[in-house]
Amino acid sequence: MIDRLYAYFDSPRRQTILLIAIVVLMALAPLVMGRYMTTIMTNALLYVVLALGLNVVVGYAGLLDLGYAAFFAVGAYSIGILTVQFDWNFWLAIPPALVAACIAGVIIGGPTLRLRSDYLAIVTLGFGEIVRFGARNLEITGRATGLSNIPEPNFFGYVISSYVDFYYIFLLLAIVAVIASHRLYHSRLGRAWLYVRHDEDAAEAMGINRVRVKLAAYVTGSVFGAFGGIFFAANLGAISPESFSFEQSVLVLMAVILGGMGKIPGVILGAFIIILGPELLRNLGELRLLLFAVVMLLIMLLRPSGIWPERRH
Amino acid sequence: MPAGLTAPAPVRFNAGYGGLGMPALETFLQAIVNGLVLGSFYALIALGYTMIFGVIKLLNFAHGDVYMVGAFVGFGALSLVSGVVGAGWTGLFIAILISMVAVGFLGVIIQRVAYQPMLSAPRLSILITALAVSLVLQNGALSLTHGKYTAFRTDLGFGGFEFGRLFISHQAMVLVATAAVLMIALEFFVSRTMYGRAMRAVSIDKDMCRLMGINVNRVVAITFLIGSALAAAAGTMAGAYYGSIWYFMGFLIGLKAFTAAVIGGIGSITGAMLGGLILGMLESFGTQIPWIGSEWKDVFTFAILILVLVFKPTGLLGKSEVERM
Repeated sequence: MIDRLYAYFDSPRRQTILLIAIVVLMALAPLVMGRYMTTIMTNALLYVVLALGLNVVVGYAGLLDLGYAAFFAVGAYSIGILTVQFDWNFWLAIPPALVAACIAGVIIGGPTLRLRSDYLAIVTLGFGEIVRFGARNLEITGRATGLSNIPEPNFFGYVISSYVDFYYIFLLLAIVAVIASHRLYHSRLGRAWLYVRHDEDAAEAMGINRVRVKLAAYVTGSVFGAFGGIFFAANLGAISPESFSFEQSVLVLMAVILGGMGKIPGVILGAFIIILGPELLRNLGELRLLLFAVVMLLIMLLRPSGIWPERRH
Repeated sequence: MPAGLTAPAPVRFNAGYGGLGMPALETFLQAIVNGLVLGSFYALIALGYTMIFGVIKLLNFAHGDVYMVGAFVGFGALSLVSGVVGAGWTGLFIAILISMVAVGFLGVIIQRVAYQPMLSAPRLSILITALAVSLVLQNGALSLTHGKYTAFRTDLGFGGFEFGRLFISHQAMVLVATAAVLMIALEFFVSRTMYGRAMRAVSIDKDMCRLMGINVNRVVAITFLIGSALAAAAGTMAGAYYGSIWYFMGFLIGLKAFTAAVIGGIGSITGAMLGGLILGMLESFGTQIPWIGSEWKDVFTFAILILVLVFKPTGLLGKSEVERM
């Protein structure tokens, strides 16, 4: 039955209508949501951005990345360092942060492209941990305490500071991320990713530059992650190395996998489940994490391609 | 999840006899001793990674957590038997045995429930299933212990041999010896017994083994049994040696043991032992180098991992293998 429901929404027009309805609802939501709920929804929207970014790497290009938090960290720390240590303007600091994330994407992607899939997973995990340990040990990143007093962004005189402001910022980011993902999916590059994912050797025989295409996936993913990190830092005003742990990478990956790799609505759904799920189970205390993990395992065993899987084969 | 957001365990790997002011030779010997202890843990865990990878080509992310569960089961077993035989060496050995058996079967259950149905699924799916198993074990331990450290008390004493300023505790010696005995037994099992031969055959060609009448499922189950039992032994010994256990203790050491398996060449049993020792020594000596220091120890390990994987993915003793075409 649920598959029929998906099939119904698989038509592009209905999907667009559904998405617009969701966006309108989300835009009106802060009027009725309290502070607590709005903050959680902001977090969920951040995860939508991150999950869509990781989806480019994992879902589109088929490269398992267990160190996605590294890109997120590079974005957040670049902003933090430039605004706190060098007193830069927030908006001026964004381009260098994105460049830093692209460089990180190339550094992480470059040497790993020849590796088999499970080694790739471990190498990306290692890079993620190196970034976190680096942040914990370097002077410029504020060591274990991290950076605080990251200034609130000033938008032509309007200071973006309240939780509702940030809710709308992340809603906007999520919408941009959805549109960008959609455009990428249907682009020439998107088809190249699909081809490389299904059969690398055949793709190469057809004249697709395997290395360039995979690197493009990493760089795109890192830009999404960096955007998430930049506004995450601005929202909290403080960052510390423990925000970028392996768990963070796993959570984002779980969102992608749970929802359905490669499928935009699926990934959005996954991100919401990942954030709202534990909140709904909050009164179970510590058991909620266990229950959540068990549910995750069951979904993997019963619906290995996710809740709302991709159908283009 | 907030589970891992707390600070990591203060792992006392370099339990610090090799400070400044020691003559160079003794510092050197002390580093070797520390490296041996650390290397034994890495090797025991790395064996599980490598054996499981050998038979079903799965990178078992949950292996580090199996080690953690082993530590907790060993702790529980020691509390049970300490009333009868005390918490000395006898008690500890009984606890290790109980933990090995119990966690060995846990490994088989994990394989049957989580991995068996996924064997024909894409590689990505089974990797993520392994991650989910790891989360289940971790969060299970978290909810049982409320995320607190559990003190692992033993009456093993603090005796040891002193050679000048070089100190080797009895604990370290027994631990290294036990690890060595386990590894020799494993080597004997794999090279001399029927199931060991079957295991090697399965790692070469599973389908052909099935045609030859080998019960592949049973061989895979035995591999999980042995791999998990070795991790449980390491977990219990680590708990007794370092004196405290917690639900997150398996994560970092699991990664490092995987590094050890990769250094030695994944799929190779001798390689895992060798890789464990090499990594233990590298870390032990690495922390002696002033500009690395203990803060950068883990970065150092991951850097080695990445370098080995990128430049010599087959490791020291592994065979080269072509991924599916």
